[in-house]
Amino acid sequence: MTQQFYVSPEQLMRDRADFARKGIGRGRSVIVLSCRDGIALVAENPSPSLHKLGEIYDRIAFAAVGKYNEFESLRQAGIRYADVRGYSYDREDVTARGLASVYAQSLGAVFTAESKPFEVELVVAEVGEHPAADHLYRLTFDGSIADEKGFVVMGGAAEAVVEVLRSSFSEDLDFPEAVRAAVHSLRQDGTTGAGPQLGPESLEVAVLDRDPEVARGTHRAFRRVGIPELETMLTSRESPV
Amino acid sequence: MPEEAAASVARAASTSFSDHLGRHHPDLLASRSRVDFPAQGAGPALAPHATTIVSLTFAGGVLMAGDRRATMGNVIASRHIEKVFPADMFSVLGIAGTAGIALDLTRLFQVELEHYEKIEGTRMSLDGKANRLAAMVRQNLPMALQGLAVVPLFAGYDTSRREGRLFSFDVTGGRYEEQEHHSVGSGSAFARGSLKKLWKPNLDEASAVQVAVEALYDAADDDSATGGPDVVRELWPVVYTVNSAGTRRIPDRDLETTARNVIASRSIAGREA
Repeated sequence: MTQQFYVSPEQLMRDRADFARKGIGRGRSVIVLSCRDGIALVAENPSPSLHKLGEIYDRIAFAAVGKYNEFESLRQAGIRYADVRGYSYDREDVTARGLASVYAQSLGAVFTAESKPFEVELVVAEVGEHPAADHLYRLTFDGSIADEKGFVVMGGAAEAVVEVLRSSFSEDLDFPEAVRAAVHSLRQDGTTGAGPQLGPESLEVAVLDRDPEVARGTHRAFRRVGIPELETMLTSRESPV
Repeated sequence: MPEEAAASVARAASTSFSDHLGRHHPDLLASRSRVDFPAQGAGPALAPHATTIVSLTFAGGVLMAGDRRATMGNVIASRHIEKVFPADMFSVLGIAGTAGIALDLTRLFQVELEHYEKIEGTRMSLDGKANRLAAMVRQNLPMALQGLAVVPLFAGYDTSRREGRLFSFDVTGGRYEEQEHHSVGSGSAFARGSLKKLWKPNLDEASAVQVAVEALYDAADDDSATGGPDVVRELWPVVYTVNSAGTRRIPDRDLETTARNVIASRSIAGREA
């Protein structure tokens, strides 16, 4: 008869957390920042089609680091949640807070009950009427949820990036300034050899417009920033580097 | 276990929002509710009925217009109803038939297209959209047999062929691509006669709006369930155009000018029709 070794719950949770952190730490960084024009999402991503940033609903976006298959299934589930809710109640009844708490429950349940935790970290961002009304929810692999102000950095070298970004960040930035600040701090993360060469083709950038009805005549605030637009954003006026 | 994981690949073929609702929230789908009427054909007197929609192609796009009347038997149920809607950035949808079910179908179809776009990260092809709409109309067949039919008209800009196209449907889910112009609803026979005389190849957008308003005027002239331009309440038809730049609603002040011109020119002519 085989004897089960006793493992204390503390040890078990610590092992799982270490495992998940290791997986996430390998990932490139993603930055979500709230500014005057709306919310800017900037990711280091060499693939133009395997996205780390996505649209969830009218004013809500999704950003993730970690294992692609895991956050992709969470992204799709989030879109289903939002669309069903908006269809059965009303479009304005879909909120980032509701979605973030569902994500937190799901991540928490998997962390404690399944054989392997999710190796992902997510941000659910909702753009408001003004920067003070923006919501940035950070969700980690164990289901803990934090309501962040200003900006969120996720990924392997997050601490280094936060240090650089803190000096250039302010709520009054417009989109080009915010994207330049984010890209500048991504270049300083000190992990990748290609750091200083981080150009438009290895970046994924999207924005949530604060007033999409006026700007583009649509209720959908999410918009991907293509390479030509990104190039002008990065080169317009003097670069902060 | 590996078989089950492989089977999930096949399940991922459909990213349809209405399929998802049907599986997990069937009570939210109007087509799933079962009704047994004492007599067939009670539908038109039971709930408001939306009437005439016209659609025509023009140079570089397609246009759709609808009158503003809903009827319930011999009563005018609404003078303000809108029956033409943008489905997404490059397509529009007009509805004729039982208004409640048709409005629900429209809302579901709009979410269906947006849902696909968000999940897949790309827009559905125009033919794909028409096929999805046909499937959704077919799901309503049991209700249609009870007299609560919905017949949409669908038009859009095909971004790969670079032209406007339009599609009509029947209650069994038949999908028919129409050439040049088409009309559905109670006044459609009169509107179609009018369109045949007024439509020309390569109309510009302003003339296309004029043709649509005039066709609706002719439909309202002979069909009691279609409303003409209402100068007393200042109600004008709802008109959308779709071209390479996307869908656009024609502003009311342009429609007012067009409608008043149509009325004036016919008053001056002083003829029976």
